[in-house]
Amino acid sequence: MTDIPFQPRRSNTSRLFLRVLLYVLIALFALYYLMPLFVMLTTSLKSLEEIRTGSLIALPRDITFEPWQKAWSGACSGVTCEGLRPYFWNSVLLAVPAVLISTLLGAINGYVIAQWRFKGANLIFSAMLFGCFIPFQVVLLPMARVLGIMDIAGTISGLIFVHVVYGIGFTTLFFRNYYVTIPQELVKAAKVDGAGFFRIFWAIFLPLSLPIIVVTVIWQFTQIWNDFLFGVSFSQAGTQPITVALNNIVNSTTGVKEYNVDMAAAIIAALPTLLVYVVAGKYFIRGLTAGSVKG
Amino acid sequence: MTVWLERHLPKMVLAPSFIAILIFVYGFIAWTAWVSLTRSRLLPRYDIEGLIQYERLFAAPRWDTAMNNLFIFGTLFILISMALGLLLAILLDQKIRTEGAIRTIYLYPMALSMIVTGTAWKWMLNPGLGVEAMVRRWGFEDFTFDWLVNPDMAIYTVVIAGVWQSSGFVMALFLAGLRSVDEEIIKAAQVDGIPTFRIYTAIIIPSMAPIFLSAFIVLSHLAIKSFDLVIALTGGGPGNATDLPATYMYAMAFSRGDIGQAASSAMVMMAVVFAIVVPYLYSELRAKND
Repeated sequence: MTDIPFQPRRSNTSRLFLRVLLYVLIALFALYYLMPLFVMLTTSLKSLEEIRTGSLIALPRDITFEPWQKAWSGACSGVTCEGLRPYFWNSVLLAVPAVLISTLLGAINGYVIAQWRFKGANLIFSAMLFGCFIPFQVVLLPMARVLGIMDIAGTISGLIFVHVVYGIGFTTLFFRNYYVTIPQELVKAAKVDGAGFFRIFWAIFLPLSLPIIVVTVIWQFTQIWNDFLFGVSFSQAGTQPITVALNNIVNSTTGVKEYNVDMAAAIIAALPTLLVYVVAGKYFIRGLTAGSVKG
Repeated sequence: MTVWLERHLPKMVLAPSFIAILIFVYGFIAWTAWVSLTRSRLLPRYDIEGLIQYERLFAAPRWDTAMNNLFIFGTLFILISMALGLLLAILLDQKIRTEGAIRTIYLYPMALSMIVTGTAWKWMLNPGLGVEAMVRRWGFEDFTFDWLVNPDMAIYTVVIAGVWQSSGFVMALFLAGLRSVDEEIIKAAQVDGIPTFRIYTAIIIPSMAPIFLSAFIVLSHLAIKSFDLVIALTGGGPGNATDLPATYMYAMAFSRGDIGQAASSAMVMMAVVFAIVVPYLYSELRAKND
């Protein structure tokens, strides 16, 4: 449904009034959503002195980039004062392999479930789907022990492992739902021509998959970059991802509370996913709706 | 041999993922369930003692607070997000010229980490320099807005931040739903002279029932798992005033060293999720297979 014109019997002035009201409402809501970002940005550019004496929503009088510098390379969390930089790279080192591995596994799993149906494949799919819904609290304790046994507790490899294991359900779901729309005759014809399982996947299915690969990569990247629960549970000093470091900096109790540094740090932590959203919003929304209207 | 391999290759490719899910999802749930029935404290013990952990859990005032908070937060978060999401979707459905840009603005909070959202709102809601100070500066000297540090009101700040983060997403779901309603029916209603408001309440909204259901499922799932938002916004405080089941579980597992309590609270969380999700999943899968 694209449009419901206002009733013709209404007079022109009341139509105009309603139209203006509509745009005012829409603008007010836009302000509501933009407000926190605006306040974060302006606060991050003010000196502490200006924050104490000025209004929350005032524009900065003297713009300073010092808080940004400090947030990136000098802010303290606990005993160390290295800013967000090392943790930003931790998150990159964590997210890139975890996203790639889970996406690749999801693609091949989805390909098997959708195109090489065998007895029990649907049951396996249901079992994997079910795993997407569990609250992760229920696996935290045993995972902490297993990571210890595997000797990757507190390491970035350990976190990659965790994110891959609990990401497979979603990535498989994305690819399965995409591949299920491709007619099975394609595989049959390729088999007749002598192509094998992997050949068909590499030469026929992967080239068709660009849209769903983009959706899956964006979904996984957003999930993993923004994750806090696994990060705080399975990392140690030095291997924490950026969300954990941000929380530590903001809640660090030593010294003066530097709100401007906190805000700069929050924006730095948010930038990668915001950037992805602005550049590829269409795919982001598709992932969100596919991930929520599951099945 | 190669024929056998060729035949079983798909299964062998799927096997590692399936085994991983079996161990790390189902095996781990079983482990947690088992440990929740023991006297485990700092270290897990494996001799079953019955329901003592659950008895301790339900007798603990802190858990009581956490469940109450989940109820308050969950109800308000779901209702307000749905109402706001529906309103925004209907507003955007009126042939708005800049719809794409507006949608981008409404939805961007969903791309942020809950930790970022919590940090931003913590700053804006702090009474000393945030909204309260701003309004006082405008001349309303007696204005107070200290919910963040007020134990009775702090849980509502979590609702404020949660709604801000998720309502745009609900809008996107509803907007897609509004656009999928059969245009012929709407045109017919318009020809009959039915007012726009009635067309929405009597025709369009009832036909979106499945979308209400999926929005409800997603939002309740988000509410039950809420952890990072509370940690960043209030840290569970003041005192334990904004504890949720997820923060209770985390505190027991990693700072109190009470594995038995951590396991039993995690099991209760899972039970709550499943009570909501399983009927939905079941009907979805059945509809698919029919």
